Amino acid sequence: MHSQIKSSKGEMKEIRFSEATMVKVREIIARYPEGRHKSALIPVLHLAQAEFDGWLSPEVMQYVAEILSIQAIEVFEVASFYSMFNLQPRGKCLIEVCRTSSCWLNGAYDIISYIEKKLNIKVGETTPDGKYTLKAVECLGSCGTAPMLQVGDQYHENLTFEKVDELLENYQQGEKMSNYC
Amino acid sequence: MKEGKKILLEHIDVPGIEKIETFRACGGYQSVEKALTSMTEAEVVHEVITSGLRGRGGAGFQTGTKWNFLAKPEGVPRYLVCNADESEPGTFKDRYLMEKIPHLLIEGMIVSSYALGVNKAYIYIRGEYFYLYKILEKAIEEAYKAGWLGQNILNTKYNLDLYMHIGAGAYICGEETALLESLEGKRGNPRIKPPFPAVAGLYGCPTVVNNVETIAAVPYIVNHGGENYASFGTEKSTGTKLISASGHINKPGVYEIELGLPVEEFIYSDSYCGGIRNGNELKAVVAGGSSVPILPKHLILQTPDGQPRLMSYESLSEGGFAAGTMLGSGGFIVMDETASIVMNLHTFARFYHHESCGQCSPCREGTGWMEKILHKILDGHGTLADIDLLWDIQSKIEGKTICALGDAAAWPVASAIRHFRSEFEAYIKDPMAINKISHYNEKYKIAGTAI
Repeated sequence: MHSQIKSSKGEMKEIRFSEATMVKVREIIARYPEGRHKSALIPVLHLAQAEFDGWLSPEVMQYVAEILSIQAIEVFEVASFYSMFNLQPRGKCLIEVCRTSSCWLNGAYDIISYIEKKLNIKVGETTPDGKYTLKAVECLGSCGTAPMLQVGDQYHENLTFEKVDELLENYQQGEKMSNYC
Repeated sequence: MKEGKKILLEHIDVPGIEKIETFRACGGYQSVEKALTSMTEAEVVHEVITSGLRGRGGAGFQTGTKWNFLAKPEGVPRYLVCNADESEPGTFKDRYLMEKIPHLLIEGMIVSSYALGVNKAYIYIRGEYFYLYKILEKAIEEAYKAGWLGQNILNTKYNLDLYMHIGAGAYICGEETALLESLEGKRGNPRIKPPFPAVAGLYGCPTVVNNVETIAAVPYIVNHGGENYASFGTEKSTGTKLISASGHINKPGVYEIELGLPVEEFIYSDSYCGGIRNGNELKAVVAGGSSVPILPKHLILQTPDGQPRLMSYESLSEGGFAAGTMLGSGGFIVMDETASIVMNLHTFARFYHHESCGQCSPCREGTGWMEKILHKILDGHGTLADIDLLWDIQSKIEGKTICALGDAAAWPVASAIRHFRSEFEAYIKDPMAINKISHYNEKYKIAGTAI
């Protein structure tokens, strides 16, 4: 009935929210006036991304469209607009390094270059083992504690090379490879 | 901090202030009691008008006037939406406020909603602040349990539901009509105005959109009166403002200042930024977030007629765009002598190119061209004519777009060329000269690969 998606472990998985997630979906839809359920689209896409390996495949977007009774194209036009929605598979640990002015003034490029060397990938790439994806992003509102990077909902601030070593080590051990929701 | 009036951050250091009991013990939610039991809606609006409070998100529009514009047709719901989409580079004050003292925002939302006759209100928070979303969800839950939200608040006839709504990474959603589009589950494309949100906002209904810091100032105004609030600050810039200080300073962070504080004191006093790091010379300041014109040292410390420049809406803008800037969102980015204005401008140009929603051609195309030209200059292929080309492009974006993002992308370019043209020329003539600044020996090489 529902389409399937290949999970990060390689097995096929049905695209269907868990019951616990469906409870959240219903709770989110109830926040908006009757008939305005499309307002729930962005929050529900976050849930979908968290549940289906950190990215939004066409099948997942189709599923979200069905849940919200809207057209798939309405989902795609939103998913493709916002920078936090990934339309391609990504590594388990998504490292987003801020590079706008205040972070740049405090050495963000050094941090980016350091991570590139350490993981042997460039910005925008994923390590061959699928563990890490490195992104350079625009201002995350952490200018007073620059340079910084974000993994999932965690902010890592006042970065030094030592701190980067430490947190990559922690994520290597699978600790808190968290997504957003 | 001892000096200056504290309105928003008065209780910020009280342990446990993020919890409702502690917040209440410090006088929290008093304004809701006062307004709901002893004031009419119009009286609350009147106090806000009297206070002179101006929108703290960047535009600085009078909050009371904005509230007064709200249309009130019979039988049509009205909405209050809090703009917590803080994304202006250099700005992190709302984050600080929501993380440390979330109930202040919720109290402000309740009392403001009451004043506007709103029964459903939303806090739109940027997606990257997901950890704050969780903090606020918890605080809202506490407020419901304590009876500050829901049906018949304080046994009055007043009902209010307050919900969180999360974004997903788009600077443009800080623009109020783009925010409303996003809240409706669409792309964040700004709407053509008029109609303004006060007439046709969320779901086509009358809506007020206010910044976090603006809403958080309302409880004080209700408790102490608009006149009391207006007694702080200057005549045109009343009250206090949160300043996010970052860059090459000794003490980056969020500071609440009484408006009218001299800029020099803010930069050099140990109560605030604590001076320039490593004892270096101040070179330039972006005073109000990336969108406002950058000013060199002599113009940020003094107005064109030699008066000390003050941290206020009117003093910072003195001299117009030729020699002044704006208070904006209060994102105060300080650069010392080692900072390259050209490279900094490239980070801004890339930012606006990335964040343009793509609706208006001058902005969509122009921001891209500006980034490309700056990239070309940084890579050592620039010509002197490129400076004029940059100037030409920015002048063709400003004022020619639906929303202010176009202006915001143009002003940093215009001001950098206006005040630092010789630095652009020097860079173009000798791109490697940047390496003669010792700070950049390593960085330039890295910058060449990272951009």
